[in-house]
Amino acid sequence: MTAETMEAPAVAAPTATPPHPLREFWGYFSANKGAVAGLIVIVLVVTVALLADVLAPHSPYATDTSIALKPPFWQEGGSLSYPLGTDPIGRDILSRLIYGSRLSLLIGIVIISISIVLGTVLGLVAGFTRGLTEIFIMRLMDIILTLPSLLLAIVIVAVLGPGLINSMLAVALVILPHYVRLARAAVITETSKDYVTAARVSGAGTLRLMFKEVLPNCTAPLIVQASLGISTAILDAAALGFLGLGAQPPAPEWGTMLADAREFVLRAWWVVTFPGLAILITVLAFNLLGDGLRDALDPKLKR
Amino acid sequence: MLRFILTRVSLIIPTFIGITLLAFFLIRLVPGDPIETMAGERGIDAARHEQLRKEFGFDKPVIVQYGIYISRVLQGDLGKSLITQAPVWEEFKSLFPATVELALCAILFALVIGLPAGMLAAIRRNSIFDHGVMGISLAGYSMPIFWWGLILILVFSVQLDLTPVSGRIDVLYYIEPVTGLLLIDSLLSGEEGAFASAVEHLILPTIVLGTVPLAVIARMTRSAMLEVLGEDYIRTAKAKGLSRFRVVALHALRNALIPVVTVIGLQVGVLFTGAILTETIFSWPGVGKWLIDAIFRRDYPVLQGGALLLGIVVMSVNLIVDLAYGLINPRIRHHR
Repeated sequence: MTAETMEAPAVAAPTATPPHPLREFWGYFSANKGAVAGLIVIVLVVTVALLADVLAPHSPYATDTSIALKPPFWQEGGSLSYPLGTDPIGRDILSRLIYGSRLSLLIGIVIISISIVLGTVLGLVAGFTRGLTEIFIMRLMDIILTLPSLLLAIVIVAVLGPGLINSMLAVALVILPHYVRLARAAVITETSKDYVTAARVSGAGTLRLMFKEVLPNCTAPLIVQASLGISTAILDAAALGFLGLGAQPPAPEWGTMLADAREFVLRAWWVVTFPGLAILITVLAFNLLGDGLRDALDPKLKR
Repeated sequence: MLRFILTRVSLIIPTFIGITLLAFFLIRLVPGDPIETMAGERGIDAARHEQLRKEFGFDKPVIVQYGIYISRVLQGDLGKSLITQAPVWEEFKSLFPATVELALCAILFALVIGLPAGMLAAIRRNSIFDHGVMGISLAGYSMPIFWWGLILILVFSVQLDLTPVSGRIDVLYYIEPVTGLLLIDSLLSGEEGAFASAVEHLILPTIVLGTVPLAVIARMTRSAMLEVLGEDYIRTAKAKGLSRFRVVALHALRNALIPVVTVIGLQVGVLFTGAILTETIFSWPGVGKWLIDAIFRRDYPVLQGGALLLGIVVMSVNLIVDLAYGLINPRIRHHR
């Protein structure tokens, strides 16, 4: 990213020095209202997740069948001590949603970290070695891309066994090809540039070239893809939870909560509505953020 | 053209081998002894264990096993379901039309709404309509469709009592499968009310499955249209004094549709993924629900064969889209 900003003509004309890259980035980013809204929501969700112990009025696991299926406070029979009502075995829905934000963010971050690290390394290797290794890696990624993502994830989880960890691994593997492709494409464009040749001439080894020279200049597309990817990761993990293949009850994972609540859809609208709303809002926020980041970091749209 | 077709077709061979390898190893990667896992908690006696080992060919080297597997697959033998004992291929064949019907309706729904919405949004750029379409489609794109389905059931089936909650058709009707597509079969049967019942059952699943493609198509149409509207030939057409409608509908749309067609082709994978969730919610008797049920019943041959068949279907559709695209757009054909 830095290399690109250096080449770009200074946009703020009066000052002789170009603006600091971060300031310039913020200028583009903040012009996009949707992206800022997304960022605010994400900051809120992160805060809620961090302060879950303080914010949650009840334990997410405490059951009390005497208060099962209490409606939200604004409906008849609801009470303020259970603001969003209770689930079929009397757990406070709000508290479960609050703790669920922890789980969902963690799921998203872990999945993305795995696929970025693995994807970048594979992409760098493919881009640097070329030849047979490259063909092998890229064909493998093509095969993964051919299969419908959730189907592949389901198959992997079916083999490894249902559970939170296995579902995260499965989703990470399914979204891996995007990062491999990005990293490889970036490496191929970068390696033909002079600074790489210069580094190579001055005796830098392949590993140094990969990680010290080329990688920092490939980060922008990876950051954008990561932000958009977190939303896919959260969505897919929740879908697996919903199918009973992801996080297992009583974990307060949003998708799993929906699966538990499914049979009560006819009697208690709140047990179904709120967890899904939480997923939708979080995923939407990450998508908005990703769109904003892409616009701000993509040099093609800058001018 | 022939060369183009041959290259594209040859490109799918490694993919096909990859998918079969995946399906082949799937059953072997199950932690522990696959036969004991399949037997579940009931356990299995030694003689039956040995017999099954032979049946699955686990006593031979892996390469030989794979060879046997491939030759069986190529002959259309995908094994038998452990639960129903019916051949996997037969089960797939009888359930697949339900999924196809749902997927076709969903993509049609997405097109009928998405294309005009995207076009209008592009023509009235930055209007309230444009912002509305973009906002809604972003929400659609972010939608957890398994939740969306439940909410639609909540509103339309529970509150308003307009649509049925599950299944393909009312149990009152028995429709002889001719095409497998109930919309057509129910019309052919001539039974009164059967068609209406089939339509009623299709509405909610269609909306749920069509939501994500709808969002993608609307966004794609809008951006493709915006790009085309900035071209010189559009200005020329306008300068010639052609009516606004003619310019947009004839000159711009035709070119804007090229990227949109590709996107529609790419939605096939999305549709099958969505079908798994949609069918689970609405108890739709298609291959998606069949696969999920197979997981919980530990019916590995069904899972293996079903995943392989779905993979092949998606691969074939992608190939057809690719070829059709080369047919429409000569630039693609001559690229390589």
